[in-house]
Amino acid sequence: MKYSAVTLAREALRGHRHWPEAWAKARPKAAYDAVIVGGGGHGLATAYYLAKTHGLSRVAVLEKGWIGGGNTGRNTTVIRSNYFYPESVALYDLALRLYEGLSRELNYNVMLSQRGMLIAAHTPAQMEICNRIANAMQLNGVDGRLMDAEEAAARVPLANQAADARYRLMGGIWQGRAGVARHDAVAWGYARAASRMGVDIIEGCDVQDIVVEAGRVTGVETNLGPIRTNRLGLAAAGATPGLAAKVGVRLPIHTYALQAFVSEPVKPILDTVLLYLGTGTYLSQSDKGELVIGGGLDRVPTHGQKGNLPAQEQVLSGVLEMFPSFGQLKLLRQWGGVVDVVPDSSPILGPAGPEGVFLNCGWGTGGFKAIPAGGTLLAHMLATGDHHAISRPFDLDRFRTGRLIDEAAGSGIAH
Amino acid sequence: MQRFPCPFCGPRAETEFHFAVEAGHPRPDGAPSDADWAAYLYDVDAPKGPAREMWLHVTCGTYFLMTRDTQTREILGAEDLG
Repeated sequence: MKYSAVTLAREALRGHRHWPEAWAKARPKAAYDAVIVGGGGHGLATAYYLAKTHGLSRVAVLEKGWIGGGNTGRNTTVIRSNYFYPESVALYDLALRLYEGLSRELNYNVMLSQRGMLIAAHTPAQMEICNRIANAMQLNGVDGRLMDAEEAAARVPLANQAADARYRLMGGIWQGRAGVARHDAVAWGYARAASRMGVDIIEGCDVQDIVVEAGRVTGVETNLGPIRTNRLGLAAAGATPGLAAKVGVRLPIHTYALQAFVSEPVKPILDTVLLYLGTGTYLSQSDKGELVIGGGLDRVPTHGQKGNLPAQEQVLSGVLEMFPSFGQLKLLRQWGGVVDVVPDSSPILGPAGPEGVFLNCGWGTGGFKAIPAGGTLLAHMLATGDHHAISRPFDLDRFRTGRLIDEAAGSGIAH
Repeated sequence: MQRFPCPFCGPRAETEFHFAVEAGHPRPDGAPSDADWAAYLYDVDAPKGPAREMWLHVTCGTYFLMTRDTQTREILGAEDLG
């Protein structure tokens, strides 16, 4: 069913009891043209673009849990492309451009809200860094500019600007096209659109082994039985190292927990995404009025999907330094997801080990913003067997050749 | 706050420690190929479950080998490197 004002009115009159399933609950068939492991945003987007762009609809997405239950449904929903290196900007701005048309394309409101993002500085040294990144953004053709103290303070009027404040605003980088989107809607929208084009979305399907014959992948063993395919995409975030190990591939990926927090809802008090370089804490206000708060990685590598207290304390003390008045707010919930962190803080896209196996992983703390691009590029690799021009620099061979894309040094991001 | 066991100082707060590297990846001998050298520098197993890792107790400067479960976070042992 296509969503429209007419269908909404009709279903409202029928008591909302007859809406069809957004996507079909599929059971695995014996064989597919391509199989994607991981039913998060990247996996679902891959399936959608395989069907739409490449005409491949004998495709399955295998999700161990349920759609929207992993990192896609558990992040801080920020979308931006304010990176340093041209390779990164090409990647993340492709995602942002696709996000800009996504609600219309998927016939599903992903609630993209381009409210802008301020990366705030409070020392002259940080302003120098901001200047450098703003310059890089302009050279890369992305909307980005330096903002002075007065304009920054007007953007976030509740930020602590008292004379004795530790992190008084000195200015920062502004990207006006950055913003937030409804993360569940991105997963559900892609799932629905892919399912309508014939893709099988199989939940509760755990991949237990990957079958390789004569150097080429021929299928996977799952708890729901064997599935044959000679094109396999791995898009399973923190679970990727374990999957790659099944075909004898070791990856430069450490897994860490990343925490986020949501406050009780309040009236509009913050209409932009704010990242403070001084505290490392960032936040935005959701459309429901909750403050959505994130920060850096936990310091202890883990596969446990919960955070630890020291990181929690650091993030929340950052919020209170920036906004002392938020000390009145109660936290509604906290959660931790496992993220796949790569030494140069850039994702890994490309073939791995046996012929026919392609990776989409290593997004670290920043996978959500990249979903449409990650899907486009993994679909391209699965369909053609070769790199897209934008994915080529992110191949695993960069660790051998030394052509790292070090965004931790470039744009100062954590992942 | 979790406590990690420094072989020199005893149990201390986790914030005093820094994860250094996964244990069990010896430096290749002779003149390794680019691929072998890159694998040594970067590739890890990141096991889900028991893992052997090198940690630094920043406060006293001791490197030691810690075995812990990366899923449950349980500490399974610590070894002094001598």
